[in-house]
Parts: sequence; structure tokens; C-alpha cells
Amino acid sequence: MSIWMIIIVVAYLCVIGYLGFRGYRTTKSATDYMLGGRKVHPYVMAMSYGATFISTSAIIGFGGAAGVFGMGLLWLTFLNIFIGIFIAFWVFGGRTRRMGLRLDAHTFPELLGRRFQSRFIQGAAALIIFLFIPLYASAVLTGAVKYISSQLAMDYNTALFVFAIIIALYVIMGGIKGVMYTDALQGTIMLFGMTALLILTYVKMGGVTAAHQSLTDMASMVPAKLQAGGHQGWTSMPKFGAPLWWVLVSTIIMGVGIGVLAQPQLAVRYMTVKSNKELNRAIPIGGIFIMMMTGVAFIVGALSNVHFQETLGKVSIVAAKGSVESIIPMYLQSAMPQWFSVLFMLTLISAAMSTLSSQFHVMGTSLGRDLVEESLGQKKKGGGVIATRVGVLVGILISVYLSYLMEAKFGKTGTAIVARGTAIFFGLCACAFLPMYVGALWSRTITKAAAIAGMLSGAFSSLFWIIFVQEKASTALTICDKLFGTRSLAIQLVDGKEVFAKAGPMVWAFVDPLIIGLPIAIVVTVVVALLTKKLPEEHLERCMGKK
Amino acid sequence: MLGIEDKWVSIAYILCIVSALLCLVWGIIKWNKDDPESESEEDVRKWAEEEDRVEEEL
Repeated sequence: MSIWMIIIVVAYLCVIGYLGFRGYRTTKSATDYMLGGRKVHPYVMAMSYGATFISTSAIIGFGGAAGVFGMGLLWLTFLNIFIGIFIAFWVFGGRTRRMGLRLDAHTFPELLGRRFQSRFIQGAAALIIFLFIPLYASAVLTGAVKYISSQLAMDYNTALFVFAIIIALYVIMGGIKGVMYTDALQGTIMLFGMTALLILTYVKMGGVTAAHQSLTDMASMVPAKLQAGGHQGWTSMPKFGAPLWWVLVSTIIMGVGIGVLAQPQLAVRYMTVKSNKELNRAIPIGGIFIMMMTGVAFIVGALSNVHFQETLGKVSIVAAKGSVESIIPMYLQSAMPQWFSVLFMLTLISAAMSTLSSQFHVMGTSLGRDLVEESLGQKKKGGGVIATRVGVLVGILISVYLSYLMEAKFGKTGTAIVARGTAIFFGLCACAFLPMYVGALWSRTITKAAAIAGMLSGAFSSLFWIIFVQEKASTALTICDKLFGTRSLAIQLVDGKEVFAKAGPMVWAFVDPLIIGLPIAIVVTVVVALLTKKLPEEHLERCMGKK
Repeated sequence: MLGIEDKWVSIAYILCIVSALLCLVWGIIKWNKDDPESESEEDVRKWAEEEDRVEEEL
């Protein structure tokens, strides 16, 4: 990387830092915006949401996963647009915003806690988020660090250290506060970067159909290990019911596609707009933004196989020596012009910063406001402010450590660790919060006990599955092995050979926790609601308006 | 279709574009539609002031 590239990146970081600082110092407070005549352009709202949603995890992590699994990942792009934007804004956005204002709720756990009149819900939801969001943050960090280390030819741990310092400075300068304009600038840079990447890739490979056809023609080159897992080529879905099919469909596509609805850092965004009109206006911009982010990352990730086959005679995952997250950085370095590397570096730093800042924001408010102030009743003693700052600091440290650990453990094993880490968090949020969140917005019959029972059953069944059944996670955690002498309860040793427990097409060790936890949480929520006492009518009226 | 072998993958490719277009058309149609149930000024004021306090804590 030449000196002028470094100058551009440093200049960019200064601009972002300055914008964050200005936003903090001047007039962008909620009071000015909500009560004054100030308006936030829908472009800014949509870009800010999009930049929070899409990170290096999506571009580097899931893009790399597309290099392994192929274009079947586009189902996730479809869900990201249809559920993550259209349904989220149209169906969930308006109601969440209205209820948030009525209940004076400022965080996702607070909204749920006040809706069901339960400090326990607020505290427990905050604890779940605080404990597990570092997993997602570390996935975002890992994605960014892989790119930086590849561009600057640094080793992974040095790049992680450098990036951790950049983030610490960003947080100290006020970047963590919800400054929509910074996010919107970052979103715009991301949009330029990804559009250029798509066009350059298709042009280089002779057009849309020709590029796809070249990839289709490579089906016979799928590595034997992937073939055994059900891989049928990069323009085909894996074999139905095979291990790779379960990973792709139940974890990567459904986990993230559905989990987006119950993401704490995204749900609060609806509350910060002035009216439902702005939510509607954000839909078209958001839809196109997400298509250009995840759609492009997945198409280019899959097509990188064609490039590496032509230049190195290898498929992407072999060329990247088993490091899934290195596929996109390596492709960019070897296939794209140098000016593009600078643009893309800015794209990725932007993507990581905007998502990380929202994650740190959630870590701080979960520990400070939700757990210490509200749930434990420490507001008057001032414990909340300290806990908020401790929450941010501890969250950053754990995320950086997890990022270090994940690379050490899975870096070269061909595991899409960033995609999986993200999917675990999204899936867990869906299991614990989605039934209660839907009930909060639409149902007058879901009771406090039902909400608590649904949240706990969803969270615990999903965690049980992660620790004891789902093969990849349970093997990595080693708890199952220590307790029961097998890496997963769904794998038995028969004559020294591993036998996977099955029921029809369900190979349990590969089924995602979401497929188990979400139905359990829904059933428990509904059954307990039918058996327990309803919330007072006047409270329901305050939350949801008159019948 | 489009050089893609499996129809399930082609469908996903096309659905991505169709759903993005749906978002576009939806936004254009609803550009000026607002929520009929508007919230009280008092609620909004209270919310905004508390939100500023939350930000300040960070």
C-alpha cells in the first residue's frame, strides 16, 4: 500500500471523527430534532439504518461464505430486503415507534419491559444482549481486520491491535453517539464501493450471463470434502437435507434473515424518526442499499472462484488456504485496480465503524440503563452512568479478545466463522425476543408471564442446542465433550465411527438452534398466555391505543 | 437462466431484484402518506428529553 493510500485513509478517519465530534457538540440532539422544525432527510435515515445493519461481517464474512457455498446465499439477500427492510419498516417500524414514544422507551429491553410491566424482562433481555452481542461485534472486527491485514501485509494480531486503537479513538471522540449524518456518509461510501465492485467484476468476466456460466462450468471442481457435505456447484443449492444444506439454509439464510427483526440495535432506529412518513420513505432507499451491499458481496464472493481458477488454477477456498474471510480481500487485491483498494478500504472501515458504534451503544445502554438503572433500581445513586461506560469498555475488550480467539482457533479451518458468529447472535435474538416483540406490538392477550416464559424458553433451548447439539458450536465450546464424552449429543460413536442422529431430512447435529428455539418460544408464549392473567386494560390502551 | 444452473438459485437472484423494485414502488406510492394516529406532543417532548439524557451518559 503506497503512502498516498495511507494519507487518504487517515484523512477519511479524521473527517469521520470530526463529524462525530460536531454532531455531539452542536445541535443534533433528539429534542432539537423531534420538537424543532428540523427534518432528517429519508436518505439519511435509510442510509443510517443500512450502515448499521450491514458491516464487514456481511461483506467479508458472508461474502467469503458465498465463495464457499455459492450463489445460494442470495436467498439471504432476498430475506434481507424483504424482511429486513420492507416488513421491518412497513410492519414493525410504525408500531414500534409509536409504542416507544408512548412508553418513553429508549432501548429495546426497555420497550419490552415497559410493555409487559416487568423489570425482570428489561434486565434479563439486557443481560442476554450484553452477554452475546460481543460475539457479533467480534465477527465485524474479524472481517475488518482480515482485510486490513491483507492490504497492509501485516499479521492478523498486529492489524487487530491497530484497528482496536482506531475504534477506541472513535468512541472517545463521540462516534458512538447516534449521529445519523456520520452513518449516512459511511453508507454512501459503501454504496459507491460496492457498485464499482459489481460493475468491474461483471465487466472483467465478460458480462452477467457469461460470468455465471463460467461459474456453473466449474461444478466438477468442488473440493471432495465439500462434495461429501452435499455441495453441487456454486450456482446450485446444496443437496436437500445434506449437512451443507442445513448450514446454508437454517443457519446462514434463516438465522440472519429472520433474526434481523429482533435486533436490538436496529429496533431502536424506528423510534428516532419524526413520523411514519419517514419510515415509508426510507423503504426504497434501504431496499436498494441492501441489494447493493449483500447482493453484490454474495455474487462477487461466488464469482471469485472463476477468477482464482483462471489465475491460480484453484477454487477460492483453496487459494485462500482455508481462510473463508480472506477470499474477498484476496480477490480484490489480485483482480481489482489499485485505486479500488483505497475506495474499498474506506468502504469497509465505514461498514465496520457504523455497525460497531451501534453495538457498543447497545452494550453501554444494556448494562447501564436497562440492567443497573431500571432493573436493579440504581438510578438515583448514579450507578447507571458508570455502568454504561463500564459496559462499553468491557464490551470492546471482550469483542477484541473474541476476535483474537476466533482467528487462533478457526482461522485456517475453512469455517465461515464470521458468518456463523453473526448468525448465532441473530438466531438467539429471534428465539428470545421475536415472539414477545410480535406479541407486544399486536396482541392484547400476551401476558407478562407468557412474555417471560417465552423469552426464557427461547433463550435456554437455543443455548442448549448451541452447547450440546449443533456440531460446529458444541465441538468448539468442548463443554459437551467434557460432560458426556462426545462432541455433540446428536453424534454417537459406533465401532469408532461417528454416526449422526437423524429424523427424516433433519440431521440434528447440523440443524440451527433457531429451528428448535423459535417454535418452542412461540408455543410456550401462546400456551402460558392462555393460562395466565391479562395485563390491565388501561395499560394496554396506553401502549396500543383504544381497541 | 442467466447462466445459473439451479432454478432455486435463479429464483433467488430474480427475487432480490424484484423485492428491491417492490421497495422502490412502495416508497414512491407512500411518499406522502403519514400515520393517521399521531402521538401527543407531551409524549414526544418527554421522549426527546430523555433520549438526550441517554446520549449524554455515553
